[in-house]
Amino acid sequence: MNNQKPMDIVQAGLAKRYKKEKRFKLIGLSAIIFSLMFLVFLFSSIFLNGYKAFYQAELRIDVFFDPALLDIKDPASANFDALVKKSLRTTFPDVKKRKEKKKLYGLVSTDGSFQLRDMVLADPALVGQNRSVWLLADDDVDMLMKGYIDRNLPQSDRRISDVQIGWIDKLIDAGRVKFRFNIGFFTNGDSREPESAGILGAAMGSFYMLAITLVLSFPIGIGAAIYLEEFAAKNRITDIIEVNINNLAAVPSIVFGLLGLAVFLNFFHLPRSAPLVGGLVLFLMTLPTIIITGRVALQSVPPSIREAALGVGASKMQAVLHHVLPLAMPGMLTGAIIGMARALGESAPLLMIGMVAFIVDIPAGITDPATALPVQIYLWADSPERAFVERTSAAIMVLLTFLVLMNGTAVYLRSKFERRW
Amino acid sequence: MLQILSSNTPRSTAKSREERIQSKARMLVDREDRCTAGDPFVENPRMSCRNVNVYYGDKQAIRDVSIDISENEVLAMIGPSGCGKSTFLRCLNRMNDTINICRVTGELKLDDSDIYDKKMDVVPLRARVGMVFQKPNPFPKSIYDNIAYGPTIHGLAATKTELTEIVEISLIKAGLWDEVKDRLDQPGTGLSGGQQQRLCIARAIAVGPEVILMDEPCSALDPIATATIEELISELKQHYTIVIVTHNMQQAARVSQRTAYFHLGDLLEVSQTDVLFTRPSHQLTEDYITGRFG
Repeated sequence: MNNQKPMDIVQAGLAKRYKKEKRFKLIGLSAIIFSLMFLVFLFSSIFLNGYKAFYQAELRIDVFFDPALLDIKDPASANFDALVKKSLRTTFPDVKKRKEKKKLYGLVSTDGSFQLRDMVLADPALVGQNRSVWLLADDDVDMLMKGYIDRNLPQSDRRISDVQIGWIDKLIDAGRVKFRFNIGFFTNGDSREPESAGILGAAMGSFYMLAITLVLSFPIGIGAAIYLEEFAAKNRITDIIEVNINNLAAVPSIVFGLLGLAVFLNFFHLPRSAPLVGGLVLFLMTLPTIIITGRVALQSVPPSIREAALGVGASKMQAVLHHVLPLAMPGMLTGAIIGMARALGESAPLLMIGMVAFIVDIPAGITDPATALPVQIYLWADSPERAFVERTSAAIMVLLTFLVLMNGTAVYLRSKFERRW
Repeated sequence: MLQILSSNTPRSTAKSREERIQSKARMLVDREDRCTAGDPFVENPRMSCRNVNVYYGDKQAIRDVSIDISENEVLAMIGPSGCGKSTFLRCLNRMNDTINICRVTGELKLDDSDIYDKKMDVVPLRARVGMVFQKPNPFPKSIYDNIAYGPTIHGLAATKTELTEIVEISLIKAGLWDEVKDRLDQPGTGLSGGQQQRLCIARAIAVGPEVILMDEPCSALDPIATATIEELISELKQHYTIVIVTHNMQQAARVSQRTAYFHLGDLLEVSQTDVLFTRPSHQLTEDYITGRFG
């Protein structure tokens, strides 16, 4: 033992050391693979559930724009529903029974009459003519076409009856059924009918809300961070403020929703379900995060830069604005964007201020009733129709796309503005 | 535990030479009056300091320092680490203001105005008393912008041409012009360490200071860059009063006319540099310059 050289002892232990290192690396790697697997599982399940929502079944129906049904002077108020029904009856002339007629009308979406109305409004010369028109199919037809409804089930167990299947097969044989890209999903507001329900209303609501949140929380958050970090005296009061900001960042978001309900709706009487109030609530929720990341960004600027500026006679404000802030900006922007991304995905506080309402119109301003993307997802996930399942997943995809875009912007801004010294 | 004790025993019984000298040094300062030896005061001083005390919270960093700084001289401040020389230097243009717990008492005057007067505006003060720091700290901007920043915020140049002139003159004075004249638009942080430090000197010169404070300007530089800066200091003293803190006694001997020796917060001796290094009046100064401790 004693006549062993130190180098021999080192050599003897080396293999064991490397083994340990290898094991350590392996543990880290498996942790990453494990979490990646979950991520892949999550994304693929969302995608597989939702990709079919991006196309939609349509039926081609021959329509005679009957002048007897359409008042030429005021086509907007004409009964287009009757026109759709009449066209369906002429396509399937052998359907006579009242009950069966009702089933027949069910093949076309209620949106079909609006489609015809829009056509006539765009071109009044159509009245009195024959046209073959692609009309949106009902969601049940769509589901059958996409294979979600099992034809072998007994009739009473499915949403679509044997006669209807017979008609659809006839239409298919006649080449009167096709899928097309579901534009309506991106241009419509919410609807009770899944086939005409769209995401635009919720997306606009989210957009207005985030705009308000950003406009308020970025300048106020940065201002607060600069004051606390650069100007405030370090004493008990600033300590208390700091502790409170950190606490606020950890407050569950629903509490901010309750606060918004109590203050903005009940006290200030701002409109309910409005992006204005949603934006204010999310602003309160995001502010602590932005202040904290802003302060961290300021702290990470080397003090030598401050000293250099002060040393040539810059005032404190000049040192901060000209030198410290530009260097801290990438960090602040990243913090703000990540805060925004969190606000975009937030639904709980919005439930409290009435943004969970069923709203068909696309909001045109910050005081119009609106809902938000995550709330829309919640609403659709809650709906019983089969077609809403794929729309829920599709809406999640849209939301995730926005989140990825925002985080991508954060990374881009960071690398663009980051200066090395 | 036993092992540690036993291994430490021989050391604790036989005190190391340094420790003995340190304790002796402390005793000396406590016993003797702390009056500064040598000749701290001059006629017609540019800056004069009387009974300056600096506290960091409860801890006193500098005790009763009184010294004059005369026109166009290079005053070197030497002393062991933590003796308060940098702290004192930073009092001269109130850079200590950035430290919250720092408190300064006593009288510091630049010409006839009190530096620590409540009405004293630090912005013009720092324009008159410039500073060069230990670590080169150029702004992460172009070489041109680094120099132009000071004159711009003080409004020293009315036109772009005047500003460019100031930049050129400052770089020439700092001996950097020939090396950077073709790449003024490139980042100042891309220069070598010595060039960066000369850039910082040029930046300080650009606002037209009367006094330049240098806080160990060469401690991060190699010997060749150090030699360049020392030459530069010798040239600058024709126009400016320079106070330089240094750990390097040879450097103090080379560049300064007078040298001040700080010791644990006391200013023990101020003499002509050749006198201080050959015939120090204070025992501790002699101990320090002969390398008995430090």
